[in-house]
Amino acid sequence: MLKVWKKVIATGNVTEPWEKSVPPERSRGEVVVQNVPCKGCTLCVNVCPTNAIKLIEGSPVINQKACVFCGLCVDSCQDGCLKQTSNYKLATLGGSLADNTGSELKNKIRRVLGRSLHIRHLDIGSCNGCDFEMNHVCNPVYDIQQYGIDFVASPRHADLLMVTGPVTRNSTQALMMTYEATPTPKLVMALGACACSGDQIFGESYAIRGAVDSFVPVDIYVPGCPPRPQAIIHGLMLALDRM
Amino acid sequence: MKNYKTIPAAELRETAYELYGDGQNGLMSMFANDERQLNGYYAIYCLFSVGKSMQVIKAVLKEKAKLEFPSITPKISGAAWYEREIYDMFGLKPVGHPDLRPLALHENWPQGIFPLRKDFNSKTPVPTAKKEFPMAGVEGEGVFTVPVGPIHAGIIEPGHFRFSQAGEDIIRLDAKLFFLHRGIEKAIEGAPIERAFYQVERISGICTVAHSLSYCHAIENIAVVTVPPRAQYLRALVGEMERLYNHVGDIGNLCAGMGFAVGIMAGARLKEDIMRVNEALTGHRFLRGMVVPGGVRLDINDQLSAEITEMLDKLMPDFKEMIELFIGNDAFLNRVETTGIVPRQAALDLGVVGVGARASGVDVDIRRDFPYGCYSSLKFDVPVYTSGDVAARLWVRVDEVAQTVNLIRQILAKMPQGPLKTAIPAIKPYSSGFGWCESPQGNNIHWLMVGENNTVYRLYARAAAYPNWPALTVAAPGNIIPDFPLINKSYELSYACVDR
Ligand code: SF4
Ligand code: SF4
Repeated sequence: MLKVWKKVIATGNVTEPWEKSVPPERSRGEVVVQNVPCKGCTLCVNVCPTNAIKLIEGSPVINQKACVFCGLCVDSCQDGCLKQTSNYKLATLGGSLADNTGSELKNKIRRVLGRSLHIRHLDIGSCNGCDFEMNHVCNPVYDIQQYGIDFVASPRHADLLMVTGPVTRNSTQALMMTYEATPTPKLVMALGACACSGDQIFGESYAIRGAVDSFVPVDIYVPGCPPRPQAIIHGLMLALDRM
Repeated sequence: MKNYKTIPAAELRETAYELYGDGQNGLMSMFANDERQLNGYYAIYCLFSVGKSMQVIKAVLKEKAKLEFPSITPKISGAAWYEREIYDMFGLKPVGHPDLRPLALHENWPQGIFPLRKDFNSKTPVPTAKKEFPMAGVEGEGVFTVPVGPIHAGIIEPGHFRFSQAGEDIIRLDAKLFFLHRGIEKAIEGAPIERAFYQVERISGICTVAHSLSYCHAIENIAVVTVPPRAQYLRALVGEMERLYNHVGDIGNLCAGMGFAVGIMAGARLKEDIMRVNEALTGHRFLRGMVVPGGVRLDINDQLSAEITEMLDKLMPDFKEMIELFIGNDAFLNRVETTGIVPRQAALDLGVVGVGARASGVDVDIRRDFPYGCYSSLKFDVPVYTSGDVAARLWVRVDEVAQTVNLIRQILAKMPQGPLKTAIPAIKPYSSGFGWCESPQGNNIHWLMVGENNTVYRLYARAAAYPNWPALTVAAPGNIIPDFPLINKSYELSYACVDR
């Protein structure tokens, strides 16, 4: 027991504010389109493993929900039309939260859930990368509990479902039953490129049924493959209007 | 390794039993391939490790013949899942198999549609069936069953467990997995091998490097190309980093099985330190984006090398202190010792690999037994324990952390100069071969057949967790349910790897 106390005291406080830590130089985040004329060679389109990039009106457009930040498109472009950044703040709001006019539901959700939020994890097809990052936001460095946010054991205790993976055939029933079991008002977060985009990551498959929002309404999209812990916290803060 | 011993399927049992001996030569993997377009038959491949070599039996089933073969499960228990999966995916029936329930396809899948046959098109809509999925249990006075999952209480992947209980004691455990089945092997069919790599890299998050490596090794073996030495060292570096963060995290996580918060947090904190270095090194916390077919994508410089060394220097004393929290702690030891025993014979029969095998006295490690990359020029020991319990699996991991740290230091010290990548040449269509590596959970084996223009004709990805899962059903009976999380975490098997 003494050793345990000694270790606790020696370690001290390791928690850091999520926005303070700077991603390392090589960190791969959002790919942005530069203001350079595109020659329409489609090299980037062909190289993208998730079909996230398209040429629209002669210039590349990236579907952030399906991008895995691999950077292959950036490497392929001879003309420097694309640039990889380390930006991870890519969460967007969907469903009732996206509505700028301040719907009643949105206000209600933020009022009710703004101070304390209970999350239920739901893995319906992920590679476990997203799930492990979700786990990591509970580690002492990110310590998500400091924001009044916590993970709970049952959907019946949850305000938000954090869903990872594309919806597979085999877990569709679990998704629907868990959604039904969660009391209202409830939020759904699609965590990771798979959950946000469906079969774009793994490709068309007999075993994948689609993205989370083709089954249940999604309020927060957090892209990334997987999103870094800070990206997950950013998504939550955005949803709760606590930025 | 491309020498397949081809036999008619009817002779599979005889030939396999002969090769198996009385279990000296373990079954490493078994899978089927639809080769009707090429030669008019389905093929079933069985990979055995025979002393210092690997041997492959290829059993063929003529298209027009009765689609069945004699099951080898009665004598080789490790074949049970492989054969069930072959039946699911190809409709080739292993006659004499003791448990022919579906494995990867659940009750939503209609009868008579076999997704890995070439004439099944992924775009075809498949109606949702509503069949029963029988779970195996025990009946008797006072016996009850406890269903658990697929959605569990913690942040963990989905699986359904059925415990048959007599009072507190588990008498039987049955598991239904494959909730995460994404059909990746089919989805990448026809894709260029270098592009399909990105799907393969995503089979599992925590085994990113392992799956990437096995897949690349398969390509490189088939194309007969040698990866430049510097790339081999960089690959070994990320491979060991993967083992390191997994082991450290898993050791901490084991404490979650008994609510020992200080241990959980210590493990999580150390793991985070490693993952940050992963990101500095490869741009990705799970080490994606380093390994590519033919070599590696990124180089390291002195500064990164120093960053890794500095992390290891800080990690080791901290890790040692964390272990001391357990070593002298009787309450802890009481929980882990003699809990969840997998006897050596059971581990051999099931073909258990990795930490699970080494904790049950089976001395295997594919880095040493069938070396790849630069491993033959690196020094390391393979820790082996014999008690086969949760404690043994914990101590194997603890010892391996030290070995891995040592390996990383050697890799950094010996890193040769030179190019990072060799181009993959045009591969003769329909050539096939294996690639393997040691993942944090044990050996990971891929088999690839390349089609026209360097595309994937068929990939079979067998993760370490696949032969290890059935070991849990041996480990659990005789223990109480509250110990199950501990037993489970001592194996820490990935679901995504198995389900793929
Ligand atoms: S970064 Fe990768 S996934 Fe994203 S658009 Fe570019 S090629 Fe596609
Ligand atoms: S988004 Fe990426 S990390 Fe997340 S589940 Fe999908 S493949 Fe895995």
